Amino acid sequence: MARSIGFNLLQVLFVVALAPLVSGVLARLKEVVQSRRGPSIFQPYRDLRKFFSKDEIVSEQASWIFRVTPYVVFVAPIFVTTLIPVLTSYPLFFAFMGDMLGGGFVLALGGFFATLAAVDTANPYGPMGASRTRMVGFLAEPVFMIVFFTVSFIAGSTIPYIVQEHWITLSEFFAPSHVLLVIAFVMLILAEAGRIPVDNPTGHFELAMIDESKSLEYSGTGMALMKWGGYMKLLVLMCILLNVLVSPWGLAQRQSVGDVLLAVPLVLFKIGLFVLVLVVIESSLSKLRLFRVSEFLGAAFVTSVVAMITGLLRF
Amino acid sequence: MNALMPVLASLNGLAAGVFLLSAFGLLATRQMQGCVRFFRLQSLALVASIALIAVGLRVPDLLAVALLDLAIKPLLIPWLLRRYVREELFRRREIDQVLNIPSSLLIALALTIIAYFVAVILPPAAGLMGAINVPIGLAGLLLGAFTLAVRREAVPQLIGIFAIENGSLFAGIAIAPRLPLVAEMVFPFDMLIIALVIGILTRITQERVGTTEVGALRSLREGGAE
Repeated sequence: MARSIGFNLLQVLFVVALAPLVSGVLARLKEVVQSRRGPSIFQPYRDLRKFFSKDEIVSEQASWIFRVTPYVVFVAPIFVTTLIPVLTSYPLFFAFMGDMLGGGFVLALGGFFATLAAVDTANPYGPMGASRTRMVGFLAEPVFMIVFFTVSFIAGSTIPYIVQEHWITLSEFFAPSHVLLVIAFVMLILAEAGRIPVDNPTGHFELAMIDESKSLEYSGTGMALMKWGGYMKLLVLMCILLNVLVSPWGLAQRQSVGDVLLAVPLVLFKIGLFVLVLVVIESSLSKLRLFRVSEFLGAAFVTSVVAMITGLLRF
Repeated sequence: MNALMPVLASLNGLAAGVFLLSAFGLLATRQMQGCVRFFRLQSLALVASIALIAVGLRVPDLLAVALLDLAIKPLLIPWLLRRYVREELFRRREIDQVLNIPSSLLIALALTIIAYFVAVILPPAAGLMGAINVPIGLAGLLLGAFTLAVRREAVPQLIGIFAIENGSLFAGIAIAPRLPLVAEMVFPFDMLIIALVIGILTRITQERVGTTEVGALRSLREGGAE
């Protein structure tokens, strides 16, 4: 039991410590593809250190929600980390506290508070970005639901540790429902994490912002926590995709410390591969106009429904 | 039977998934180029499925059909369209549609579910390998017909006709995998002739009238005048 809790803490540590690195590598690779040099892969850490050492200024109009939000945004991905397999393929201490829907709710709670905080101050750009985020959010919601329905139809459960066991055999791996499910979820990650066809994460033009504008009013520690929470959310979504929905390859199979430590580079390697895919997607597509986002997520919805139908068809 | 059978069946299912997705793509894409690209993808999925069924059920004839389809559908037909339809049609980025894209996608989803319920009551065809082909092929057929109804331009409508043919072939190979080769060879050549005839017709219409929007062709013109 103590060991199980220890591994859980190790997973949390993995996500907290390496999330900025993943975002740094992603940003750097995107610049390299555009034949520029780009910032160092450790730039996110430097940003965080800078923000933590700066003063924080809070608007007089802001209520307690504005102060609480950075902590909620920071903690929500950590809670989800305890529910999902990050390094081990066997259930850990908190594994049965919540299923994938539960994890989705906890992540959504962070998003909800970020939206409230954006509306909370009198900054005109905050509510605009917040309402756009909600638009993307409610269009993404049906896709989430159908993806989870499909998972529960096929794998018989929505507990992540049980779901991942299902894709081990080759015929299950290449099953149409599995592959289409993964495609739909990748499209969801692009929308939820504010990546390029939906939102430009590096854009600094307030009128075109979707995700960024929610943290415009933050400074100092609050900004650092919001940013760190954003990095962790991306990494957690990647872990759900790669470890739960794609395949449990590379995770520790046995209860030994060595195995779990060995899983760290293997999982990082997997994440690196997915980062390459993300770089290709983000470099080859342009940002969609706002009202075309519904078509992008409509395509994701169709993909997930096709996944469900082909899943049901295998009598 | 074959130890690889479940994997082959999964791959065939994957081809079916890609087939259905590209049928949706045909319906929803805004660009003429994208339409042709999705048609290529759909034809490739069809060829993959034919080849997989040929290997899985050990029907060498079907491999020949797959090769023939590979040569004609993804390669020859786009080339013919390119050659006979005027260039400016292909550069169009916004194709007119009767319905907007999200609602036509929703109707298409309803059609797919109808196809699923219709096909489920049919007896399973060609064992495990082709179990997925009949409903997906039926859905592809219905979606092709819907594309035909919803598009207003000649070339996407032509591609809708091809999508109908693709769908019926997709279902057909699972129902009757051991059809004589001669009978199977008729369909691709048929499509070639359709592409040629409609391509030339479109080119002439474009030259005489200046548009190929079917919805806009309402009034009669005196014939023959250059």
